[in-house]
Amino acid sequence: MSSEAIADTKIAAKGAAPSGRSAAYEAYLRALRWRSWSISLWQIGLIAAFLVIWEVAPRAGWINPMLTSYPSAVARTFMAGASDGSLLMHTWVTLFETIVGFAGGMVLGLLCAIALWWSDYLYRVLDPFIVVLNAIPKIALVPIFYIWLGDAASIYAMAIAVSVFVTVLMLFTGFKAIDPDKIKLARLFGASKRQILDKIVLPGSVPTIISALKVNVGLALVGVVVGEFQAAKAGLGYLITYGSQIFQMNLVMTAIVVLAAISTALFVVIQAIESTVLRRHGVSR
Amino acid sequence: MLRNTPIPAVEIRDVTLNYFTPERETLALSNISLDVAKGEFIALVGSSGCGKSTLLTLVSGLMPASRGSIKVDGLEVTAPSPQVGFMFQKDTLLDWRSIVDNVMLGAELLGLDRRRARQRAETLLTRYGLGEFMHSLPHQLSGGMRQRAALARTLCCEPDLLLLDEPFSALDYQTRLALSNEIAAILQAEGKTVILVTHDIGEAISMADRVIVMSRRPGRIKSEHHISFPSFGGKRPTPFEARKCPEFAQYFQTIWDELDLHEVH
Repeated sequence: MSSEAIADTKIAAKGAAPSGRSAAYEAYLRALRWRSWSISLWQIGLIAAFLVIWEVAPRAGWINPMLTSYPSAVARTFMAGASDGSLLMHTWVTLFETIVGFAGGMVLGLLCAIALWWSDYLYRVLDPFIVVLNAIPKIALVPIFYIWLGDAASIYAMAIAVSVFVTVLMLFTGFKAIDPDKIKLARLFGASKRQILDKIVLPGSVPTIISALKVNVGLALVGVVVGEFQAAKAGLGYLITYGSQIFQMNLVMTAIVVLAAISTALFVVIQAIESTVLRRHGVSR
Repeated sequence: MLRNTPIPAVEIRDVTLNYFTPERETLALSNISLDVAKGEFIALVGSSGCGKSTLLTLVSGLMPASRGSIKVDGLEVTAPSPQVGFMFQKDTLLDWRSIVDNVMLGAELLGLDRRRARQRAETLLTRYGLGEFMHSLPHQLSGGMRQRAALARTLCCEPDLLLLDEPFSALDYQTRLALSNEIAAILQAEGKTVILVTHDIGEAISMADRVIVMSRRPGRIKSEHHISFPSFGGKRPTPFEARKCPEFAQYFQTIWDELDLHEVH
């Protein structure tokens, strides 16, 4: 905005074009527009090329169609699933589990991070365990969760397990990074620990909390799909295992395409939340 | 300039402070005694690490001394009190609160009457030229404006004693001169007692009634200088005017020599 204003004053000084912009500035804007157009063109071109190769290669006999299916077959499967509602049902199951697991991981992670911030002693005691738990590949726990918790609960447990430790570490690091002078300021005004948490640490950590949201929404989806591989009777993870067992690659591919759409949609939602919240929150960009 | 009042605003008696870290025990302050009269403006100068900021923290009540006593208005300091205001090197404004909400933070944390606090916040901000920025967020203000907002936050709870911990050192040179001039005028008009910690000798001489020079660790009081400007006709010059008086250069030279800055390394 300000650079436009500067450009405008420069032109006024030169007394140029009727539009109020100099020819050089017009050319600059044209180049800028062309650049962003050409980037979009490349992106669309790459997708188109991928789809064409995927369609042509199996048909021409370069690769075995049993292994890859074709975009047209995937589209047919997608339409069939969409019209009889079964695909919608599986999508909804996965989406619901993801949102619940995501919220659970966030809330649990936030509570644990607050507890660790509250008591440094507790943090010292638990620190090595958290680091180790974070490092364990959570996917290894799927069978155990299935045996302990049954088919429904094990999926939520998986989504939470995948996201919670990262959340704790991210949020705790964020809490600790709050300017100590701001905490000192609050203490000078007689603030209790609870007040420091409410008025300084939590509001000051909003950008960190949003970064954690962004990381977690993807992780929760990973947890749900892996959980569904083992346990589910519905959901996109189930469709993938089922499709591969009966060698229906178009079913598998359809489920993957829908998963990609879900994760993009969730990410876009979080990003929209991020930009509104951060603007209101006084983060200059 | 030192007025004789029965109870000094601040009474520091034989204060010693030991720091413990796993590596060593550090004697940060050693046998400091100092009285500050009501309405007096004193400046503590010393090289970095001499414990001048630590002494300020002790007076604020955030940390107890290892030995000795500190009284503010005749009462032993045991915890932070709303009678004492503190300003930091950084403005420490909370980015997510509007300027007026930042100024009201103290009242909010202390549970004071919000309506009165808001009125006072608005009055102060208007007086300091921030009236139209009341509902702006801190990142929309310049460094000097932010530090003025921080002053308003400090004065909003109506403290009698102000502790200033290098409040100008994060600002650029011009802003620093202008703002120190402005703040000295404000504090003088309100008759506040002030302890300013600074490493800037010029700032100390131009603002304070008395400059206390501290030695390197362990911090001790090395010397005191009552600042007066007879060439200005005995009145208190503004910091700006003070810098132009012939006495300024003399004080500067004396204090510079005492600070032993050439020994640093």
